[in-house]
Amino acid sequence: MSEWPLLSLVIFLPLAGAGFIMLIRGEPAVVNQNARSVALWTASITFLLSLLIWVDFDPSRSDFQLVERAEWFTGFNINYHVGVDGISLFLVLLSTLTTLICILVSWESIQVRVKEYMVAFLVMETFMVGVFCALDIVLFYLFFEGILIPMFLIIGIWGGPRRIYSAFKFFLYTLLGSVLFLIAILAMYLQTGTTDIPSLMAAEFTPEMQIWLWLAMFASFAVKVPMWPFHTWLPDAHVEAPTAGSVVLAGVLLKLGGYGFLRFSLPMLPDASAYFTPFIYTLSIVAVIYTSLVALMQTDMKKLIAYSSVAHMGIVTIGIFTLNPLGIQGSIIQMLSHGLVSAALFMCVGVVYDRIHSREIASYGGLAERMPLYATTFMLFMLASVGLPATSGFVGEIMVLIGVFQVNSWVALFAASGMVLGAAYMLWLYRRVIFGALTKDSLARLGDLRPHEMAAFAPLVLLVLLMGLWPTLFLDPMAASVDHLLTQAQQTPVSQFAGR
Amino acid sequence: MPDLAPAMTEILLICVAMALLMLGAFRGEEPGASRLVTPLAVMALVIGLFILLVGEKSESLAFEGQFVQDAFAIYLKILILAGAAACLLLTPAFLQRERIERFEYPVLALFSTVGMLLMVSANSLVALYLALELQSLPLYVMTAFHRDQTRSTEAGLKYFVLGALASGLLLYGCSLVYGFTGTLSFEGLASALAPAADGTRTISTGVLIGLVFIAAGLAFKLAAVPFHMWTPDVYEGAPTPVTAFLAAAPKVAAMGLTLRVFYQPFGAWAPEWQQILVFISIASMLLGAFAAIGQSNIKRLLAYSAIGHIGYALVGFAAGTQQGVHGVLVYLAIYLIMTVGTFACVLVMRRKGQAVEQIEDLAGLANHQPMLAAAIAIFMFSLAGIPPLAGFFGKLYVFMAAVQANLVPLAVIGVLASVVGAYYYLRIVKLMYFDESSQVLDRPIGREFSIILGAAAIFNLVFCLAPSWLLGQAQRAAAALLT
Repeated sequence: MSEWPLLSLVIFLPLAGAGFIMLIRGEPAVVNQNARSVALWTASITFLLSLLIWVDFDPSRSDFQLVERAEWFTGFNINYHVGVDGISLFLVLLSTLTTLICILVSWESIQVRVKEYMVAFLVMETFMVGVFCALDIVLFYLFFEGILIPMFLIIGIWGGPRRIYSAFKFFLYTLLGSVLFLIAILAMYLQTGTTDIPSLMAAEFTPEMQIWLWLAMFASFAVKVPMWPFHTWLPDAHVEAPTAGSVVLAGVLLKLGGYGFLRFSLPMLPDASAYFTPFIYTLSIVAVIYTSLVALMQTDMKKLIAYSSVAHMGIVTIGIFTLNPLGIQGSIIQMLSHGLVSAALFMCVGVVYDRIHSREIASYGGLAERMPLYATTFMLFMLASVGLPATSGFVGEIMVLIGVFQVNSWVALFAASGMVLGAAYMLWLYRRVIFGALTKDSLARLGDLRPHEMAAFAPLVLLVLLMGLWPTLFLDPMAASVDHLLTQAQQTPVSQFAGR
Repeated sequence: MPDLAPAMTEILLICVAMALLMLGAFRGEEPGASRLVTPLAVMALVIGLFILLVGEKSESLAFEGQFVQDAFAIYLKILILAGAAACLLLTPAFLQRERIERFEYPVLALFSTVGMLLMVSANSLVALYLALELQSLPLYVMTAFHRDQTRSTEAGLKYFVLGALASGLLLYGCSLVYGFTGTLSFEGLASALAPAADGTRTISTGVLIGLVFIAAGLAFKLAAVPFHMWTPDVYEGAPTPVTAFLAAAPKVAAMGLTLRVFYQPFGAWAPEWQQILVFISIASMLLGAFAAIGQSNIKRLLAYSAIGHIGYALVGFAAGTQQGVHGVLVYLAIYLIMTVGTFACVLVMRRKGQAVEQIEDLAGLANHQPMLAAAIAIFMFSLAGIPPLAGFFGKLYVFMAAVQANLVPLAVIGVLASVVGAYYYLRIVKLMYFDESSQVLDRPIGREFSIILGAAAIFNLVFCLAPSWLLGQAQRAAAALLT
């Protein structure tokens, strides 16, 4: 079954689809329609193929699977090397699913330069899948930074009024973080002579060097996560991006930071990771509480959800640095859950934005009357975001909280208080938008969800409930890999750090 | 009978240049002469390129050891010839529109190209100086080629005066070095400056001052800070095809020459010149990044961008290792292709027949000419060094060499400067894609432009798929320099 290069196919099929779309010529209306169809077909087939990865995946193994290798930089020991393990498996699936949903979401809301739009999303899918599959650190970096180009164009061309400012801020902010990561990559390569991720995990670096490498990586991942105080690009990018742009940003791009910590910082630099754990805890707690308070005061729906993302990602970073299986598995589930839920919440905003063209909370009220189906969907995702049992949000948060409680009960206390605040701003948002009397004239003739919107929401609803009710389906495949990760993250004797 | 085989290409090109000069002189002022001479000149460059490709790759000397042909020289000569041929191919359309079609242009370009080829093969201080002047003098004339335009003549004069000053500095440095060592040949210098048998080095102050003067003269030719002042004015004032020519091949030649001088005769003095180069490199990167932000003329902007890129190439140079040379060589190849592609784009910027040079003129290009806009966007992202485009790999190798040579601060400053630099490249992308404009640029853009533009853009896109060939060639060339 795995004789043929399944991963490469999933990585590069979208790129081929993008190339095909670029060749479409003819009447503008026909071109637009064809571009949409080709993009939808490409994304659907890619998603189905990515499901085959799950089928082929052997949950009992902890190493990388479906591995492919090819020579790339002859004589430099830098190779094309891809594979998945339990940590990256679901992130790959999340990427392919998110892209498919993005294309559905944009079906009607994007009417200008449809061809270029679809090309940008498919190219982005290649980069996103590639970044989670890459087992060579240079290849990883290639995809990691390559994502900036399509995202810059998506925000800048199809975004809101302040799109140019936001696009530049997004691009330069994230670039600034990642270039330091590049220096770390070079330093590791020159010390070990390899850029192979599994070999680098086995390599040992002196504690002194680990500190520097860790900080360089942190610069990159902390911006991507984003961790407080490096999060200021996120609200701008989210608010100005088109709906699908926000979906992919919240759904997948924010996961790159967490994934980076799991894939690089913990296994390659275990001593530095342990050394900096209190630092990460502090920043994460500030993120959880501070951004929750900020979210409470927002008048713009997208901004509110953007700040809630920062808070939720704070829970993820706490979970990652608990360094116990429960916390790490919880943080991965939380990443997946946040990917689904925040994507869905941005889509909920997008649905009404397409109709009224306002993101102000004050422009809405009483939508339940006109849009019952929409109100129900919104409620489900709002509750999932708050962490109601039986939704995916609950599983992730409770696992992280239990995990961190075993390590540090104060951190657990603060993180839990952030969740209470989370419930406050989300429920308040929901009340102001959905409940109350329908008094505004502009809302009087609103229609409920359309078929393509339902099609886009359906898989998310299903997955949020599935993950909430049957979490072992997702936890089992990652268990072996997480255990393996924890053995790699074992520190060398702590005494070397005692003097600091 | 001396063996002239190593210098075949140079001899062929100089003969062709003189023959074309005669041909042009006899055909007189008629515009037909230029239309005949330019294709012949391009053909000669291409033939020269083939001679190099099939010729002997091992090291050989000619002209009493003044001229050296090795893998290093051949690698750079192929770049120079390809760059010069591409730039010459883009010229006739411009000259025709500006009504300055004269046959001297291709002849001057050929002479200058021969000078560049000799520069990378120079094996003594005299050969170095002669080659450098042969390269520079035609360039001064070409800069002032639009002789009815004040801008162009001003740029030519400025370039000439400052260039002569730099040549003077260089020559003074050469004389000092000769006076203190008693030899002009690179081999002789290398053995005179080599450490004694017990490993101690005697640093003669006279030679050291000579080295500084030589470094200053060469930094002028490279347009590296603090000898960069002429660059923006000359780039802006020169006719655009000349700017393209100036930005591409001569930079490769000057870098090749500098590498040879510093690594071969002054190889043992690496700790001395490293300090100079680290400073020049940092200053060039920072100035290139910050000064370009305020520019509104695309040629001026590209001038500052070129200063910055020379700074990045010098990061590898300053490493002082074979990996460093390798990084510089890879960087030069990628830089050459990006530059030729970018200037091909600048050359097609016309509105109602008039050349336009403001970056605002690119506004809304993506709506009117999507393919051209896509090509420019590719070049801009590549110049900014964003993966997976080729420009990233150029930077990767020079920074790798710097980290390896324990110059981590230099590499960190380099990557930070590249973030600042990304801003102005993105600004051009923003103008083309995010802004609207009712004014459109002229089309069609001409077949030769489409071909060169397309080829350069595709190279930038697909370099990441098969980088090994170029890297291998550069590796061999770097090894040849350091043996």
